[in-house]
Amino acid sequence: MVELKALLGADNVLSERSDLLLYEFDGSVVKGQPEIVVFPRTTEEVSRIVKLAARFQVPIVGRGAGTGLSGGALARSGGLMIVFARMNEILEIDLENRRAVVQPGVVNLDITRAVEHAGYYYAPDPSSQKSCTIGGNVAENSGGPHTLAYGITTNHVTALELVLPDGEIVRIGSKQGDAPGYDLCGLFVGSEGTLALVTEITLKLSRKAEAVKTLLAIYDSVEDASQTVVDITARGITPAACEMIDGWTLVAIEDYIHAGFPRDSAAILLLEVEGLRESVAEQASAIEDVCRLHKAREVRVAKDDRERDLLWKGRKNAFGAMGRLAPCNYVLDAVIPRSKLPQALRRIQEIGQLHGLGIGNIFHAGDGNLHPLVLYDPRKPRDFETAIAVAEEIVRYCVEIGGALTGEHGVGMEKSELMPLLFNDADFDLMRRIHDAFNPDSSLNPGKIFPLSKGCGEIRTRPKSQQVVHS
Amino acid sequence: MTATANLACKLEGLLGAAHVTTAQEDLFRYPVHEILPSAIARPTSAQEVAEIVRFAMAEKLSVLPAGSRSKLNIGRPPYRYDIAIDMSGLRQLVHYDPGDLTLSADAGMTLKALQQELGEKRQFVPLSVPFLGQTTIGGTIASGVDSSLRLLYGSARDFLIGAEFVDGKGAICKSGGRVVKNVTGYDLHKLLIGSLGTLAVITRLNFRTYPLSEAFASHVVVFPSADGALGFRSILENLGLPLSNLEVMNPEFALTFAQVLGTVSASVPAAFDRGGWIVYSSWEGNSSVVNRIRTDMENCERQFQSAQPQPLDGSQDRVLRDLFREAVPLLYTSFPHSVILRIVHHRLSKTALQQFSEIASKENLLNRLLLRPAGVSYLALTAANDLPNGSEVLSRAVSAAIAVLLQNGATYSLLQAPSQMMAQSNLWGPQSADVSLMNRVKHAFDPNNLFAPGRLAGGF
Repeated sequence: MVELKALLGADNVLSERSDLLLYEFDGSVVKGQPEIVVFPRTTEEVSRIVKLAARFQVPIVGRGAGTGLSGGALARSGGLMIVFARMNEILEIDLENRRAVVQPGVVNLDITRAVEHAGYYYAPDPSSQKSCTIGGNVAENSGGPHTLAYGITTNHVTALELVLPDGEIVRIGSKQGDAPGYDLCGLFVGSEGTLALVTEITLKLSRKAEAVKTLLAIYDSVEDASQTVVDITARGITPAACEMIDGWTLVAIEDYIHAGFPRDSAAILLLEVEGLRESVAEQASAIEDVCRLHKAREVRVAKDDRERDLLWKGRKNAFGAMGRLAPCNYVLDAVIPRSKLPQALRRIQEIGQLHGLGIGNIFHAGDGNLHPLVLYDPRKPRDFETAIAVAEEIVRYCVEIGGALTGEHGVGMEKSELMPLLFNDADFDLMRRIHDAFNPDSSLNPGKIFPLSKGCGEIRTRPKSQQVVHS
Repeated sequence: MTATANLACKLEGLLGAAHVTTAQEDLFRYPVHEILPSAIARPTSAQEVAEIVRFAMAEKLSVLPAGSRSKLNIGRPPYRYDIAIDMSGLRQLVHYDPGDLTLSADAGMTLKALQQELGEKRQFVPLSVPFLGQTTIGGTIASGVDSSLRLLYGSARDFLIGAEFVDGKGAICKSGGRVVKNVTGYDLHKLLIGSLGTLAVITRLNFRTYPLSEAFASHVVVFPSADGALGFRSILENLGLPLSNLEVMNPEFALTFAQVLGTVSASVPAAFDRGGWIVYSSWEGNSSVVNRIRTDMENCERQFQSAQPQPLDGSQDRVLRDLFREAVPLLYTSFPHSVILRIVHHRLSKTALQQFSEIASKENLLNRLLLRPAGVSYLALTAANDLPNGSEVLSRAVSAAIAVLLQNGATYSLLQAPSQMMAQSNLWGPQSADVSLMNRVKHAFDPNNLFAPGRLAGGF
């Protein structure tokens, strides 16, 4: 503590229990408290903090805005938390080459705000984009509604500056991207802070489309809505976004946001097409045809930007509206083959009914990325445990039908114990060797990605001493 | 029993005699920079690949996976080359869900066969890469060759969604999955792209597929100088049109192109013979999109008085598209006394291009240049067959060209060079700190250094 305060100043170091409470949580249902929280402003400070932590054998976890949904930015093993909120400068904008160089604490939407006057934007758009940071996006390889057409974070990062667990500062990738040799950016993006701390990011900027159309398709049956998604995909129509919200949750959203969603439907699809005017007109028309073929009760096209923005406001703030349905909800993240969407939605409802818990669905239907919201009341005995059991059953089912554990939120500590559903000992052995090649003492973000449970032998993480020396 | 016979005997024990050969005439078909393996193994399953790797580990032998063998000379000669693993026996399309636009195929399947199967459902994988007639999907990924559709669809890292491979301990491992969005575990499959067989033997690859476009068109325009060509390219880039390809070639490259075109097409577009700078663009989509882009392209062209448009007929569209896909191998198959650099830089300056030209002129070399999308360029310096001290001259010119690249902050890799130069080169120029990180990755995948040792820069 003494050395940290000397390095960063007392204002940039927290250790009082009351100060640490905020950092015990993220957006998930798990928690873990750090013993010290620090706020560096430069890469050099991060490097010196890491060297100091290594000397005292204290584990480190990096954190952006704490909006994550898998416990990735929680201190599972206590120790030191490095919060990047004050490393929030946009260092360079190069519109000619469509690149931005930013510090990890820059808020996702602020990048778009900085370049939109010139007709550019940063494509990955998590629902929390008004508050989540790019550093967190890089760690979790975040997605968002528009990643259906434009890809997730990894598709938009060309270079990184890293601080390794021994404090060494290294640059990987190149501004243009496509640097010779192994695709290290591809490895580090999405490694959930378990290999290195990211202190600078070079991002691709995208050009705003010439035309955009947003469609709201309203259904009297979830089955019809999901069959529409299957059919749109099978016909090779690629909307920029294809989101689904079920009718039950729509009512809560509408009460909260007043976005113009129907109150009496079973489900809606929020679809967006972008591109050249000619392409947008044809795609919108083709999508409308498919919606009607699958018994859409109504297909509305947003008349103007105001209506479009309102629809998206409804979608992006939807999770916040869930408080109207239950005191707590558990947002799941799993992926399935898109052709299996109808059966997966049926099964999710069955699982909820079986356990007596309501489940809402607000998700990225176009890329099969489900976000069931399991509603529960922590005041009721065993409700939380039931929600966890429901979540696990849903994730297991998704894997059974060819899916994966997470599409955009990461494994973190939430799903680490479920990793053996997808990976065997040989897979873990290799991932562990990669982990140890960069983070041999598990000093960075211990207890994440890899299961801690017995039976996984060597794959157990090895958190270092959790003892912290206080002044 | 000789060492080779002993090796063959043991491999036959694993795979059966029909799947192993040490016959000299066979070995000559698997050279890497003139180095031959001691044996060729032809497994038919991932399990057999794993057995070969475990055998190599026990016997301290090196292995190098091969597909159609069209790109084995990319990279440096390996330090050791004991067993060539011919992957052509693993060639099934294992899983294809056209409704989900995803697939999983064995690494030894040819890209052409894969595209044919997908074509029946009007889908494809947007890998428009050289040697399309031969290349396997495993070789395409391991060599990291550029796709000529990259501008529109991205590179392999954007649509490779998972892989199965045998690591350096002989274990069958996987990464990613068969869904289009997935962040479960480390993205190890991305590391395999361009790894030249140094990390693992790829046995299966999972891709996202895309719908085939309804219509396609291309456009060729000639400029008397680099200024006009680069200016035109710049305006096109800023228009934001969804082009699938946009390339600029210098007059020397255009003449080479014209020669090859002459062998495959009766009506060579005159543009390539005019001694000017060529700007080639192509695009695809539905017919209204294709027509709209054509109109914008022609309007843009009118802004340049020096532009000389080259009308194309329908057959020339297709021939040009295929030739641009094969443009880079065209450089080195036609001119073996060449050094080819693959350069990555967001925008090479006109000064740099002029400097390349002066370097070539000073050494009496041909200077062929192809500027591709996404900041990738190819520079080929070629010596005449009868140039005295050709290798020395080439070496001097390449050093000078590399100095220009480094001054401009470009990265590069040596793609093609006489074997001796390739062996002595560090491939990527001055070693940066990230090479030490790559070495850690190599060691984690292949702790015993079995896979193609020395083929990449940094000795791994």
